[in-house]
Amino acid sequence: MAEAYTRRSALQHFGLTAAAAKSDVAGAEIVIGESAHRAIVNIRGNSSDAAFIAAVKSVTGVDLPVKPNTTAQSGAFRVLWLGPAEWWVVTTGGTEEKLVADLRQAFAGQHAAVVDVSESRTVITISGASARDVLARGCSLDLHPRAFGPGQCAQTGLTKANILLDQTDATPSFDIYVLKSFGDYLWQWFWLIGRDYKFAIKAQ
Amino acid sequence: MLLISCPHCGPRDEHEFAYGHEAHIARPTLDQQNTMSDAEWADYLFMRKNPKGVHFERWVHARGCRQWFNVARHTVTHEIIKVYPMGEPAPKLEQK
Repeated sequence: MAEAYTRRSALQHFGLTAAAAKSDVAGAEIVIGESAHRAIVNIRGNSSDAAFIAAVKSVTGVDLPVKPNTTAQSGAFRVLWLGPAEWWVVTTGGTEEKLVADLRQAFAGQHAAVVDVSESRTVITISGASARDVLARGCSLDLHPRAFGPGQCAQTGLTKANILLDQTDATPSFDIYVLKSFGDYLWQWFWLIGRDYKFAIKAQ
Repeated sequence: MLLISCPHCGPRDEHEFAYGHEAHIARPTLDQQNTMSDAEWADYLFMRKNPKGVHFERWVHARGCRQWFNVARHTVTHEIIKVYPMGEPAPKLEQK
């Protein structure tokens, strides 16, 4: 009998669960962790077409963010702006097959595309009072609250990795979507920079 | 380091962008291709302006929204004089 397939996260070899058990999250200036296995579906279409916007809303309940570098959320679904005709729909892992099928059905007859890219990325979460200082060590974006806040996302570079940065709350907390093949590198970078701060690891 | 204003994302650091090529090079139509001389074809294919001054060029926001756009840049001062979307003709600029 074939063994059941078990998904491994891109950062599993760092033993984050064990490290999290020893971490003092309450007293930390930054808390980092991995949020693996999210469902990420890339959609492309024409945002000036009302039918396209209605189709996205019918499946996810989200009003498509058409303003550059913004996000919108409804329930478990989060939609991130990637380009003038490109978005990510992000939701709970394991639901990607149904989401792709639902979106394809909703876009039937439209000039639109739906691609499941869940396996390409992992998410490193960073939260806490010093999170901006840590990111500033490797990112050229102005993350000051007057320039960047919850509801905004940006594709940029963090040290040598290409990332999608999504601010999820005003703590501040950020989700950093990175290619899995860069996950090891980026985690080690955080590990290196994090030592200058009181940092803790959060279990997934 | 240049600060380049992406038409979609706003001002971003130069390292997020990649330079493409000179802008506004019109590809000859099929009819023209059938009648033009080798010299004219070579001129289209290989010869590029190399001005000391304002240069119109294509850039792509490679690490951001991955969209192409036009930039008018001064090749001596590196001043980005104007950023304008694809499809627009080269702007008329005062001589600097």
